[in-house]
Amino acid sequence: MVENDRWGSLFAHLVLILGVALVIFPVYVAVIASTHPPGTFVRGVMPLLPGPNALENYRTVIFEGRSRAGTPPIGGMLWNSFVMAMAITVGKLSISILSAFAIVYFRFPFRMFFFWVIFLTLMLPVEVRIVPTFQVVADLGMLNSFAGLSIPLIASATATFLFRQFFMTVPEELMEAARVDGAGPMKFFKDILMPLSITNIAALFVIMFIYGWNQYLWPLLITTDPEYYTIVMGIQRMVTGGDSEPLWHLVMATVVLAALPPILVILFMQRLFVKGLTETEK
Amino acid sequence: MATIVMDDLHKVYAGGVKAVTGISLDIADGEMIVLVGPSGCGKSTLLRMVAGLETISDGTLKIGDRMVNNLEPAERDIAMVFQNYALYPHMTVFDNLAYGLRNRKFPKDEINRRVHEAAEMLEIAAYLDRKPRNLSGGQRQRVAMGRALVREPAAFLFDEPLSNLDAKLRVQMRVEIRQLQKRLKTTSLYVTHDQLEALTMADRLVVLNGGKIEQVGTPMDVFNKPASVFVAGFIGSPAMNMLDVAYLRDTGAAQGLSGLPQGTDLIGVRPDDLLLNAPEAPHLSLTGDVVLLEPAGSESHIYVSLAGSSQPVTMRVQGLPNVLEGARINLSVPLSALHPFASATGLRVG
Repeated sequence: MVENDRWGSLFAHLVLILGVALVIFPVYVAVIASTHPPGTFVRGVMPLLPGPNALENYRTVIFEGRSRAGTPPIGGMLWNSFVMAMAITVGKLSISILSAFAIVYFRFPFRMFFFWVIFLTLMLPVEVRIVPTFQVVADLGMLNSFAGLSIPLIASATATFLFRQFFMTVPEELMEAARVDGAGPMKFFKDILMPLSITNIAALFVIMFIYGWNQYLWPLLITTDPEYYTIVMGIQRMVTGGDSEPLWHLVMATVVLAALPPILVILFMQRLFVKGLTETEK
Repeated sequence: MATIVMDDLHKVYAGGVKAVTGISLDIADGEMIVLVGPSGCGKSTLLRMVAGLETISDGTLKIGDRMVNNLEPAERDIAMVFQNYALYPHMTVFDNLAYGLRNRKFPKDEINRRVHEAAEMLEIAAYLDRKPRNLSGGQRQRVAMGRALVREPAAFLFDEPLSNLDAKLRVQMRVEIRQLQKRLKTTSLYVTHDQLEALTMADRLVVLNGGKIEQVGTPMDVFNKPASVFVAGFIGSPAMNMLDVAYLRDTGAAQGLSGLPQGTDLIGVRPDDLLLNAPEAPHLSLTGDVVLLEPAGSESHIYVSLAGSSQPVTMRVQGLPNVLEGARINLSVPLSALHPFASATGLRVG
């Protein structure tokens, strides 16, 4: 690597700063835009300095919504998104860690076959199977429900695969020691495998939560009742809803609020993540 | 406290590989048995069959009075020390020791008592709150021992427990394990590939090769009267020299060989029994060229190429001998130190 090279490190920093600026700028614009009164945007110019209307804009989107345009207050939508994301995350994690456990630690017929079947589904994103899935969910009467929002998205080949790879690095002697110590399979799973997987669980939790939170197409398809709208589709409805010009100050306030929970999850889980990294050892 | 009785144990793996073929062995109560052999000889497989971590393909295994063939490891009343210790990394030392007892629903104060007792015995009481990763190799080894001790099992099973330690610590732990085992008088089965560990620790040692028992006996029995060429070469370091009887006859040592049992065509000689100065007792005389002189502190190894056959032999002498590399020297072997073997069977004759 390059060491003690002043120009090299200056250049590296420049590139990094440029990259960060590229990512940060739209977020900055959104935050600034959410603080301006309605009239500011009519001129078609985005302001770059904060305006005076921050409190009022946020109060409006949280408590009133745009009832005339058919968008409910976003408090409910945030809650819906949160419930959906949590259900997807918890469901994905529990199912995939259990299936990885089965595949790595149990010898049953067609073990590898099942593994490859799970692995194959990696190649099938939601969008590919969206029509049949919709049919199934509709037939089961799960339209406009949290179950319909979350269950079809729970199966996860990625997480199963990652847990499998991790389990295979856990020394077999640990399992044998636990057997000699009188721990059955589920006890071994709970007492030893789970605590060792905390790091992986935390990392996957972050990824899966954001995945669940950002779901757009699926909620759009299966919810027609505003009571089950999620925040991400709510943004879309705010932009296109009604005949009037989009109220950019309110849209941006909603965007900022919609971005908050994933950020909080990352901030919170990162501590666990780092803790897990520094405290566990195989 | 228990005996272990193996009767004609077999292990055949799914692919048809035979790891253990027909091993029968009676282990007395409180005895320390060391299984020794080269890698792949089946010693670890045998130990794991006793532990219940490998299924038994054929034969019966009894621990105490119970036949345990189909019991789970936890039900066999054994404790095992693993080569890489297999400590639970996320648990403190205390929890590592207590885990097995908790699973067996021991009362809390009993667990406390046993863990502290074992920790005192192994001098790890100061580390009970630490995680394994904050311990040195030797301390981890002690924790692994402690985990076996607290259970107060019928038998200890050791799977090469010292092979991850450095040489100095290995000697120290070897002594401690042996002392502990003598004090507790717990039946123990100890697997190692190190012949020195086997000789020093065993009440009886079992030499395995290719899934079969080559010899069972006290360390001195096995050392002094190896039952086969394999055992002769495996036990003792440097390894025993093997000399061709035909060669010895050619060198004019025929009269010394007349006393050997019928069928002998290989003669084993320990490096210590090759002497630079001819003894009073009846002996064979040989000549050879010194290839290399290897001082090793209180003793030296001399590598000699025998005259007329260029067969290499190793001899071990006290101190630093007065020989030069490349010089021709005379060697003697007392007749009493010859180990007669038949090359066809690989077995000791007589």
